[in-house]
Amino acid sequence: MSNNSASGLVSLQKSVKQLRNEAGIRRIKVSQAAADLKTFCLQNAHKDPLLMGVPSSDNPFRPPKSCALF
Amino acid sequence: MCDQTFLAITFGPCDNCSQNKPLMNIYLKNEPINYCSLCVELMACQGLAKGETIHTLKVESESLKAKLEEERGKLHDVELHQVAEKIEALGQFVMKTRRTLKGHGNKVLCMDWCRDKRRIVSSSQDGKVIVWDAYTTNKEHAVTMPCTWVMACAYAPSGCAVACGGLDNKCSVYPLSLDKNENLAAKKKSVAMHTNYLSSCSFTNSDMQILTSSGDGTCALWDVESGQLLQSFHGHSADVLSLDLAPSETGNTFVSGGCDKKANVWDMRSGQNVQSFETHESDINCVKYYPCGDAFATGSDDATCRLYDLRADREVAIYSKDSIIFGASSVDFSLSGRLLFAGHNDYTINVWDVLKGTRVAILFGHENRVSTVRVSPDGTAFCSGSWDNTLRIWA
Repeated sequence: MSNNSASGLVSLQKSVKQLRNEAGIRRIKVSQAAADLKTFCLQNAHKDPLLMGVPSSDNPFRPPKSCALF
Repeated sequence: MCDQTFLAITFGPCDNCSQNKPLMNIYLKNEPINYCSLCVELMACQGLAKGETIHTLKVESESLKAKLEEERGKLHDVELHQVAEKIEALGQFVMKTRRTLKGHGNKVLCMDWCRDKRRIVSSSQDGKVIVWDAYTTNKEHAVTMPCTWVMACAYAPSGCAVACGGLDNKCSVYPLSLDKNENLAAKKKSVAMHTNYLSSCSFTNSDMQILTSSGDGTCALWDVESGQLLQSFHGHSADVLSLDLAPSETGNTFVSGGCDKKANVWDMRSGQNVQSFETHESDINCVKYYPCGDAFATGSDDATCRLYDLRADREVAIYSKDSIIFGASSVDFSLSGRLLFAGHNDYTINVWDVLKGTRVAILFGHENRVSTVRVSPDGTAFCSGSWDNTLRIWA
């Protein structure tokens, strides 16, 4: 590309601006974030069919043990 | 896949010198500016503050990156799996293929569930897009696209339309009709226009807007009715391969991942890149939000999946094993977020315990690469699509 130096300059300016923005955001500790993720998982675990397994009669994809044909 | 071509979305009169040239699409203070490349050069030189040169900018860029690493490192006081030590381990998993959807003539590239939890749309390399009823395995609709490699497909929230696209660089929306005889291709509406292949698309919370990502390195938000570009997102330096919208409670953001190994989080209203994560060692093939919206997972060609927490602004877990050497093409979470399903290029699907970081199951069955994995909206099953031309429903 003929305008390599100019586009390099523009993209450098953009990346410096982006990095300044990112450096300024607020962060929390991993221990707190991890604890929140864990709480969410455990609270919703009972609602998760793939985790808990559902009885065959409720799950439309698992075939019931016996089929009655009329 | 393709080298990034010159980012010229339009050709026309430059805002500054009024000559007809290819326009570089750049943004100043969130306003799009259509300048030709010569005017961009001149502006860039004028825009330098006193004493700024390429050298000083590079030095500042390096020091900012180091500072970011340091800030992120300070908060890294514990690993996720340490926090999860006291939780009960998961029992043995028995997941089997419950349905096999056969009908595609070539590799299945993408699929999506309908909100009614039973319909599925899938697209393949031969240009066919098929809508299935997953309970009965019947095909309800079939559309032939004018291009091959339909890499993206999505179901509208209402269930009345599907969007798809690929090598045609466009995203087209097809309204689904109940009349079997109606030719769906006739009602097609072209919504998005990119300058390279369409890698992923998704409807936002309504049928009215679509978010797309493309091999041209950009993502874009479009209005379906008018086809107008509402917002575009620039920041990736290579093809964007995947995107995912934040679950509705957490607001207007989405995450995208691409061949530049970066995962970027964007604000949909302003177009700003709010957070960026670069710890993968190769292309990121798939990104998926955690169900609560505070984290997201990525699957990459470096054979690992990683979990990034948005509030801690860093990677918090890596899901990898020495025995897994093939890239992960697609990932998805179970409803509670405890399980992570990853489809790999070695024909298997790995199931991970998200909190403990251990693998709980490997699912065999496909006879070629697994290209897409999605959990159903109510979490009762998940569907995988593969290069062996079939889709499998597992429960």
